[in-house]
Amino acid sequence: MSPLKIKKGSSSHSAYDLRDPHAEEIERHTLAVVVDNEAGVLARVVGLFSGRGYNIESLTVAEIDHTGHRSRITIVTTGTPSVIEQIKAQLGRIVPVHEVHDLTVEGPSVERELGLFKVAGTGDKRVEALRLADIFRVNVVDSTLESFVFEITGTPEKIDAFAELMRPLGLLEVARTGVAALSRGDASK
Amino acid sequence: MSKTQMTGARMVVQALKDQGVEVVFGYPGGAVLPIYDEIFQQNQIRHVLARHEQGAVHAAEGYARSTGKPGVCLVTSGPGATNAVTGLTDALMDSIPIVVLTGQVPTFMIGNDAFQEADTVGITRPCTKHNWLVRETDKLADTIHQAFHVAMKGRPGPVLVDIPKDVQFANGTYVAPKSAKVSHYQPQVKGDIETITALVELMETAKRPLFYTGGGVINSGPAASTLLRELVEATGFPITSTLMGLGAYPASGDKWLGMLGMHGLYEANLAMHDCDLMINIGARFDDRITGRVQDFSPGSIKAHVDIDPSSINKIIRVELPIIGDVGHVLEDMLRLWKSRGRKTDNASVKRWWRQIEEWRAVDCLAFKQEGPVIKPQYALARLEALTKDHPSRYICTEVGQHQMWAAQYLNFDDPNRWMTSGGLGTMGYGFPASIGVQMAHPDALVINVAGEASWLMNMQEMGTAMQYRLPVKQFILNNERLGMVRQWQELLHGERYSESWSESLPDFVKLAEAFGAKGILCSDPTELDDAIMEMLNHEGPVIFDCLVAKHENCYPMIPSGEPHNKMLLGDASTKDAIGTKGAVMV
Ligand SMILES: Cc1ncc(C[n+]2csc(CCOP(=O)(O)OP(=O)(O)O)c2C)c(N)n1
Ligand SMILES: [Mg+2]
Repeated sequence: MSPLKIKKGSSSHSAYDLRDPHAEEIERHTLAVVVDNEAGVLARVVGLFSGRGYNIESLTVAEIDHTGHRSRITIVTTGTPSVIEQIKAQLGRIVPVHEVHDLTVEGPSVERELGLFKVAGTGDKRVEALRLADIFRVNVVDSTLESFVFEITGTPEKIDAFAELMRPLGLLEVARTGVAALSRGDASK
Repeated sequence: MSKTQMTGARMVVQALKDQGVEVVFGYPGGAVLPIYDEIFQQNQIRHVLARHEQGAVHAAEGYARSTGKPGVCLVTSGPGATNAVTGLTDALMDSIPIVVLTGQVPTFMIGNDAFQEADTVGITRPCTKHNWLVRETDKLADTIHQAFHVAMKGRPGPVLVDIPKDVQFANGTYVAPKSAKVSHYQPQVKGDIETITALVELMETAKRPLFYTGGGVINSGPAASTLLRELVEATGFPITSTLMGLGAYPASGDKWLGMLGMHGLYEANLAMHDCDLMINIGARFDDRITGRVQDFSPGSIKAHVDIDPSSINKIIRVELPIIGDVGHVLEDMLRLWKSRGRKTDNASVKRWWRQIEEWRAVDCLAFKQEGPVIKPQYALARLEALTKDHPSRYICTEVGQHQMWAAQYLNFDDPNRWMTSGGLGTMGYGFPASIGVQMAHPDALVINVAGEASWLMNMQEMGTAMQYRLPVKQFILNNERLGMVRQWQELLHGERYSESWSESLPDFVKLAEAFGAKGILCSDPTELDDAIMEMLNHEGPVIFDCLVAKHENCYPMIPSGEPHNKMLLGDASTKDAIGTKGAVMV
């Protein structure tokens, strides 16, 4: 790196733009955060987002290593590139946080979410609901003569699409897990 | 002593001893009685009984800031813990390492709204670097050792360990610091050598370079200050510092431009605005420093050395981010710069200095002491003149105009001699902090430059000063006003002075006497020197009530929402200076 080649505003680590910050586009990022599974760790992460005014679109957490007591938190967030950089740096500051990965920029990744849909109806609507469920490769995990509970796994977009279709067909209740995500390939992140 | 059985309460004291703790500032209560019982039965650790938990925490901060060692507090559950919150937040904002131990109701009562129960770890989560609730005695010693580690490592800060009473009573296995779990928390201290090299190359060609340093230099330790001095002298570059960084480079040094920022010096702020290479070492582009960010130092390439990655690019985008400990990075910078032949663009830097000298000639801190009323600037100029040669002078401040004047008119030649609440701006910080400093340095001259309103916020600590015979000097610039508030009301709110009077003030001399201390009143400029000498020569604590001009404003001032080159120098230039946009900002 030669000094003469350093232009103002050229840092690859840049998070702040001296031009109008509103000109920055809002992006959606999926972050994977590996933490010690200790009391209060989720409150720390959530408190960081609320305290500093960051967005959370979805958040999932579960212990992934029972002997090492590690949990993986997957957070889908939105913000300008500078805000996303700040979020990652702030997460990295939390003492029980071991790793922060931005799956959106670190290479290709897969995202999956699970949704449960309770749909009630009879006659044509019931038939149509079941037909669409089949197209979406959705499982029926409970049924009565007047209702189904569907289980769907997929990207959040696919689940959104399925919800839209079910709405006119008697959609009563929805439960969604939020996103779990992993990078593709054999690298471990 | 590496693995022995003992009660949790004894473990606490043992762990503190093993961490090298000499002083604990605290206040007892039901939920910490077992620990106080252990403190009673030993002589190694001194306990200082504050008169309010907030005072205990600020005292620990003063102790920490003046020694570089962690300050330690012990308070009870519920109200003891909530009273500590301001101090914790203050320490978080200013990166001061303190360890606060709180008692908690027994584990089996947690969640029942028990007497003096508060969700202490919940309340203090956002105002600590980290905190722990210890539910098992076996984990207590390890947790306390971790707490010290986290408080000191990386960017320092406050930590809290909440200890339920049953955990204090129960027996468990003690582990010494050496056998404690190794923490995964190990922030990076070495900076990226490629970026440091790039910075050194830029230093060789810069025409208008400037060092902008902050509290990080002090936190990194005395070696960092020494290296900074060497680098500044060797390169001949000008240097300015934030409020928190005063003393890292000596004010008597000829490269010193004085403090920068909202009430910083004209030459320092203009140099920031016009430089072409800004070398930020351990400062964080705080809004008191940058003014309007869009117009902040528009023509410069910026390097930022900080141990906290989240500080970098948070407010100001920089071309050369260097994550690492200031001391380590300075060492690398100096070594590289020397090995590459100690080059600078001498002619340009000389021209830069000539420009700076022109700004300096404005003499922005000039004031005229005339008439029968003491000007606050004059009081501080005299305090400086009469104490500057003291071999170990420590200055604390409260928050307000007096604080800014103290930063402007007192000079610091060494690190760790200046204790002030920067980030949080906590009125009531200075007096207890001075107690902490004096505990750490019994023979030093410790002065708290105070405003009358701030000082009253923790005046109960007079009892502490008397009990422990701490000869702290409370130098109160009494303008009978919440001066800084008044100043803003004058400039921003149409001179409507809403609630900014200090009404019904006590007679400070009598107040001192009521505690058994010495009180001195001075209102006559011609008697000021003698009065200050009387204060300095008195062996015990003194409250010095210095009646000063009531409506003096603090200048220079960069109005909120304005860039550095729109600085106000004095009353003539202030009319309608702050636009409506600026009025929204604090
Ligand atoms: C705990 C707290 N409350 C309120 C403020 C807002 N505030 C900042 S300066 C100030 C006035 C301080 O008055 P004084 O201590 O007399 O100092 P002066 O400005 O007169 O020198 C106030 C109220 C604060 N900084 N801290
Ligand atoms: Mg005042």
